Amino acid sequence: MATSVATAQARSTPKHRFGADEVACGITLLFALAIFAITLLMAIQLWRNSAPTRAKFGFSFLTSSLWNPVTDQFGAAPYIYGTVLTSVLALLIAVPLGVGAAIYLSELAVPKISNALTFLVELLAAVPSVIYGLLAIFTLVPLMRDYLGPAIQKVLGATPLFSGHLYGVGYLTAGMILAIMTLPYIISVSREALMAVPREQREAALALGATKWESTKDAVLPFARLGIIGSIFLALARALGETMAVTMVIGNQPAIHASLFAPGYSIAAVIASEFAEADKLHRSALIELGLVLFVLTMVVNGSAQLMIKLTTKKGSAKA
Amino acid sequence: MAVNQPQPTSLSMTSESTAAAQTATPKMRASNVNFYYGKFHALHDVNLEFATNKVTALIGPSGCGKSTFLRNLNRINETLRDTRLEGEIALDGENILDMDVTEIRRRIGMVFQRPNPFPKSIFENITYGPKINGRLKGQSAADLVEKSLRRAALWEEVKDKLHESAYALSGGQQQRLCIARALAVDPEVLLLDEPCSALDPIATAKIEDLLVTIKDQCTIVIVTHNMQQAARVADTTGFFLLGKLIEHNKTDVIFKNPSKKETEDYITGRFG
Amino acid sequence: MSLRNARRNTINNVMLTLCGLCAFLTVSTLFLILGYLVYNGGKSVNWAFFTRLPLPPGQDGGGLANAIAGSAMIVGMAAAIGLPVGFLAGVYLAEFGGKTISFWIRYTADLLNGIPSIVIGILAWGLIVVSMHRFSAIAGSIALSLMLIPITARSTEHFLLEVPRAMREGALALGATRWRTLATVIVPAARKGIMTGMILGVARISGETAPLLFTALNNQFWSNGPMDQTASLPVMIYTLALSPYDDWHRQAWAAGLVLLGLVLLATITARMIVSRGASLPR
Repeated sequence: MATSVATAQARSTPKHRFGADEVACGITLLFALAIFAITLLMAIQLWRNSAPTRAKFGFSFLTSSLWNPVTDQFGAAPYIYGTVLTSVLALLIAVPLGVGAAIYLSELAVPKISNALTFLVELLAAVPSVIYGLLAIFTLVPLMRDYLGPAIQKVLGATPLFSGHLYGVGYLTAGMILAIMTLPYIISVSREALMAVPREQREAALALGATKWESTKDAVLPFARLGIIGSIFLALARALGETMAVTMVIGNQPAIHASLFAPGYSIAAVIASEFAEADKLHRSALIELGLVLFVLTMVVNGSAQLMIKLTTKKGSAKA
Repeated sequence: MAVNQPQPTSLSMTSESTAAAQTATPKMRASNVNFYYGKFHALHDVNLEFATNKVTALIGPSGCGKSTFLRNLNRINETLRDTRLEGEIALDGENILDMDVTEIRRRIGMVFQRPNPFPKSIFENITYGPKINGRLKGQSAADLVEKSLRRAALWEEVKDKLHESAYALSGGQQQRLCIARALAVDPEVLLLDEPCSALDPIATAKIEDLLVTIKDQCTIVIVTHNMQQAARVADTTGFFLLGKLIEHNKTDVIFKNPSKKETEDYITGRFG
Repeated sequence: MSLRNARRNTINNVMLTLCGLCAFLTVSTLFLILGYLVYNGGKSVNWAFFTRLPLPPGQDGGGLANAIAGSAMIVGMAAAIGLPVGFLAGVYLAEFGGKTISFWIRYTADLLNGIPSIVIGILAWGLIVVSMHRFSAIAGSIALSLMLIPITARSTEHFLLEVPRAMREGALALGATRWRTLATVIVPAARKGIMTGMILGVARISGETAPLLFTALNNQFWSNGPMDQTASLPVMIYTLALSPYDDWHRQAWAAGLVLLGLVLLATITARMIVSRGASLPR
């Protein structure tokens, strides 16, 4: 009797089995760490392979506008300028449009229509970049050159921002196609942030005599503020790194011009155009540009993720 | 049929004022009100009057329609999908369903079950209503804020932190802030939907006390789950059951001498 | 109604209408894109497109068969590498991960998702093209798989976590080990969502151009296998669209239609299977 009790006791205390579970855990951990490895590798590669130009130019790489592969002169300023300018233009167009659409989808539309339209909007995000570029070349560029550009120049042509010859390609065109590409992100994330605002907030404003617009503007939007800003950062991160569509319509001119109609260049675009045939120092310069882009998008994306995660926590905490 | 109820202290109607109250136009009157949530018939032929500057309590078991009825008085049910209201609801004789809804909601204020201050400072919460209704001109915002907070019995507790976030206040303080916010637009009627259900007894007592003090500037309708509360603060009480108004009379009468059996059953606790 | 209230109501109506306009503008953009593509692409798609090799400009009758085959090969290899790695990583995150390590892996995966694909191309170039001294399809596949891994990991994790705890505990209570529970109960329960996530991921990488530009490069002829430069649909579209020749532009439209058609088909199918599954990569 005693022995069977003892055996029963021994079996009931779980002995640490180095069995299948530990193996499974280990294997999957290995693959999960691959994600770390990839990111680390990327940072190392970018740093090492850009060593020649970093050594040669130091910080002046970021400020110089001279880009001449023949004489081995490389400066990143025009690309940084173009990248930032086109992204800012994209946001200027896409944010009002996107937040407005998100308001409609969250506050006004019947759930069925809202869900259907959101589905369609999110399909826009699945369209490959090169297809946007294809469309932009053959529709947006002529549109800009023959109709939109002249119309804008009639009113604002005197200002330095809108002067100059109209090629159809340029910063503004690139900004416009980027706006279309980033809209789905702004709409989707903002809509979720708006829907997370508790009903009582809206009713509080309405009960004081606010119109629906006033209640949205004063009670709902401030509550969803963090999520909407997160969506804007997300869109910014995408715009900064967008390659194909921008390459195809920005004009590929490594120079800084004041006019929005002028052709320019972006970091991603120049890498796409010149990398395959570049050698030695030229290649190092392009990789250093890649490093700049890497750091830029990491910072912006990292902030976006933080903000979005904070909204979902905040929304439920305030309920 | 007499039941042990705490003596209501706010009831001191002389025969004179009773007569006056009965002959004057009621501040609000609901006539033949029917309300539907989709296909569900939630309110059946409700006829109810609210006398000016009196407190009316609406009581009844869960799901009886008292909150639904209250929310129709400032038309806030219209913001829900698939609802339908039939009948007439009059404010000073005019049908509110024909009037501009934002004006209605300025004149008929509402305090909700759970405190819902805006994510702004205490000061901004109170000035919001007057600002959008254009009532900040001609009086200083600071004066208005102080006046509203005093009426809500909150001034002493927050006067030194007006510009801090409203969320820093306790639950009871937030609810009094919501009352102050509602009072800031000078409503003629104040609707309260179970305002103390999320609060502790001390906070509840503070709110009940302030209701008594503001009723001379404002007609009050309060939905409550708590019969003792109705007995403490209300001049008249209406009893709802399954979407119908069973009985409406002076609070005294309802609790001591109800005329309908259902009322008596509820009062004596035969069902909750 | 007072004048002030009339003004407020007008503002209300104007602003809310504007918001509706924004929404419909965005949606109509989608339809415009599709419409234009179908119109222009439809004119140029024919049997030759799917079976013939590209011809020099001026000669009619060429096709993009090599690009179609090339894309299939590159994406196929990328999926073969990326899907299992991503899946297992996702399993770790959902089932085994401790709090801190999971948080950091998740955060890194989301960061990785946000890195421009061209930078990933640079990484693949540095790793494969440089060591092999040649451009190759496998380099392109590895670049694409590097993108596929974090996407798949996050979506797999998401769907595994959605399996109700009760199911998990039911199996464990019967004496099953964790991995057995995983393999026989949890993964099968989540398989719809996981597959959806995979389909969406593959659809996404099949449209990517930038990472292929200096890994798999391009090829006017049939590729000689994974070790050779290979044509792909997206790279072809890019090259043809930028060329000055009209018939090459027509080919670009046709290729665009085919590519978009496939991507949208896969995306819509996947989304219909799971209503709110692995949506936009965040």
